[in-house]
Amino acid sequence: MEYILQPWPWYISGPLIALVMLLLVYFGKTFGMSSNLRTLCSIAGGGKYSEFFRFDWKAQRWNLVVVIGALIGGYLASNFLSDHSVIDLNPATVADLKALGFEDAGAALVPAEIYDWGELLTVKGLLILIGAGILVGFGTRYAGGCTSGHAITGLSNLQLPSLIAVIGFFIGGLLMVHVLYPLIFS
Amino acid sequence: MKFLKYFFTGIFFGIVLVKSEAVSWYRIFEMFKFQSFHMYGIIGSAVFLGILGLLIVKKNEVKDINGYKIQLPPKDMGFARYLIGGSLFGLGWALAGACPGPMFVLLGTGVLSMLLVILGAVLGTFLYGLLRGKLPH
Repeated sequence: MEYILQPWPWYISGPLIALVMLLLVYFGKTFGMSSNLRTLCSIAGGGKYSEFFRFDWKAQRWNLVVVIGALIGGYLASNFLSDHSVIDLNPATVADLKALGFEDAGAALVPAEIYDWGELLTVKGLLILIGAGILVGFGTRYAGGCTSGHAITGLSNLQLPSLIAVIGFFIGGLLMVHVLYPLIFS
Repeated sequence: MKFLKYFFTGIFFGIVLVKSEAVSWYRIFEMFKFQSFHMYGIIGSAVFLGILGLLIVKKNEVKDINGYKIQLPPKDMGFARYLIGGSLFGLGWALAGACPGPMFVLLGTGVLSMLLVILGAVLGTFLYGLLRGKLPH
């Protein structure tokens, strides 16, 4: 039990993620979480505005079930399977975050400086969360996949387009963390 | 009943993502700072075993649960959409510290403000649907 409650090392977690991907393949589906966002648009009536949302979303219900399961898995893991230890970050990361105004790095899964309700009362705080979401949603659909669809499934299937997409993920991520973070925070 | 296996696969996925700390905003920041091997180890070992697993599946013409030969659809060819779309995704991923799977997992762990990020992601997907015809692919 002790080993379950502690954070799991990468060499346990990575193979288990591969197992999830292979399980879904065995079920005759593919591993791709961002497709659910398109399904949600379709359910909400997006088909009235774009043919992109005119498809049989009911055929995608299985994927919504996966995502609901993931949400419940998150609840179970954080409430019953965690010892709530502080994330063992590189001290250099903690120092870099402190310089940007982020205190208590690793004490929770996400920083209070971005995700606390108080931040949502400011225009800047609101723009950060919604803006980040829009970038993720727009970018993932434009690129035709996210971390699960491209980085895990696509690379595992030796797809060149997925490699280009993952290089894109890193161009954007590096630009955000190294260039834009000092402008947005601090 | 036929959805039960997806439900349990999802629960398992959510638990793994929390226990691996892959849903942590801090781990994503650390990854883009190249200050830890943790996330590279997770993605790298998942892809390594994924390649191995899919090679075995293809070589042995393994059948899925319904008895059909397993075939993964190849991604459409293209360059601009993957590089531009990927970069936009990366900007959001590094800012929110969460991608489309972890967003829902984090909501489950009790980060309720994640609902705004999810709302933004649905909105972003909708915007893509509107602008798709005007974008280079």
